[in-house]
Amino acid sequence: MTDYTRIIKDGLWDNNIIFVQSLALCPLLAVTGSASNGLGMGLATTSVLVASGAMVSIFREIITPQVRIPVFVLIIAVLVTLVDMSMNAWTHDLHKVLGLFIPLIVTNCAILGRAESFASRNKVAPAAFDGLMMGLGFTLALVILGAAREMLGSGTLFANAHLLLGGWASFLELELIPDYKGFLLIILPPGGFLVLGFILAGKRLIDRALAERKAKSAAVPASAPSNA
Amino acid sequence: MRAVAEPSYRKRVGYQAMLLGGFATLATIFLLAGHMATKDVIKLRNQEDLLASLNEVIPASLYNNDLLANPLEIDDAQGHPVTVYRGAQGTQITAVAYEITGQGYAGEIRLIMGLDATGKVLGIRVLSHAETPGLGDKIEVQKTDWILGFNGLSLGNPPLEQWKVKKDGGQFDSFSGATITPRGVLKAIAQGLLFFKDHRTELTNPLVVESTSTPAH
Repeated sequence: MTDYTRIIKDGLWDNNIIFVQSLALCPLLAVTGSASNGLGMGLATTSVLVASGAMVSIFREIITPQVRIPVFVLIIAVLVTLVDMSMNAWTHDLHKVLGLFIPLIVTNCAILGRAESFASRNKVAPAAFDGLMMGLGFTLALVILGAAREMLGSGTLFANAHLLLGGWASFLELELIPDYKGFLLIILPPGGFLVLGFILAGKRLIDRALAERKAKSAAVPASAPSNA
Repeated sequence: MRAVAEPSYRKRVGYQAMLLGGFATLATIFLLAGHMATKDVIKLRNQEDLLASLNEVIPASLYNNDLLANPLEIDDAQGHPVTVYRGAQGTQITAVAYEITGQGYAGEIRLIMGLDATGKVLGIRVLSHAETPGLGDKIEVQKTDWILGFNGLSLGNPPLEQWKVKKDGGQFDSFSGATITPRGVLKAIAQGLLFFKDHRTELTNPLVVESTSTPAH
């Protein structure tokens, strides 16, 4: 039996690629100077994750353990190249911004990790769904980090979102602090590490608060009968 | 499920080789199909990009030809081929544009430079660079208008030895906190101007209109 709720929770929160597994930090730090770039990179990675999950799962019965890694890498490399080519053709302006990092999706160890630990052991539908959720979790992390760095570093939010989503997305583009001189450190890679550190700490705090609340609510029904 | 014994043929080297070969073939087919589907669009997009940057440095009023048609290939002083795009009124060359590169603080700075037929700068724009945001990126026209300060100047106005930042004894400002970037840009511009001087006759030769479309009587 496949537990889809579990997959959603794992992908978005409990086993999030960035926040928990701490994988794929290279693309994370490289592209999250702005929220739009983070979103674009996240969506590109998600499409690769979904497709690679499905492909690996389809062929899981015929792939032998001895040659599985080269086959997985081949599948992922083909998918990334296809994404790279289609972005160059159809979202050309975004490709000019992200172009350098798209080929790096191949080296995103999270994709090989999911192929190995989930897709190769599960049916096609849950494998693709796991790819989608892991990808969305990754996108979420990129957007949060990108938005935080963009606000602190450049004083804008979702600048250039129209390059990614088309003209209708201009309403997302905010200039939060007019005449902001910029905070260079946050835009540069060290800023990425700093902001990521605070976000990780924030997640730990939320998790602890959740666990405490759970422990309390578990304790109440248990003690209620004895009070009565 | 894993308890079921694997069929013995799967352990043979031949099976593994077939498997890898099969996947490699599939991969090739997919990549070929993807390439076929996207190559024309990508080429078109790249040409649009090129034309857009050429239009930044050659005013539209100066030419009435297709800038991308019949570019010249000339080797520069270092022996690297330079592609020169020419703007013309009829067959008379009115402007040329070509790419120049300089060494910045963090790698190459690629610029495109447009000159009129007398060698006067029409415009210079940065195509790509990896300079520090907030310091070296002031060479971008979106950030400051520093790069516009070269318009209308030419080799001789000022003379070659003045095409440097003030710190090096030239006449151009650099930015506070970044000297290497403008220095690299100025070196590239000076080389570009010398390239024009060395190849002036070649570059301004009247455009040869190809008569392939009109058969001779």
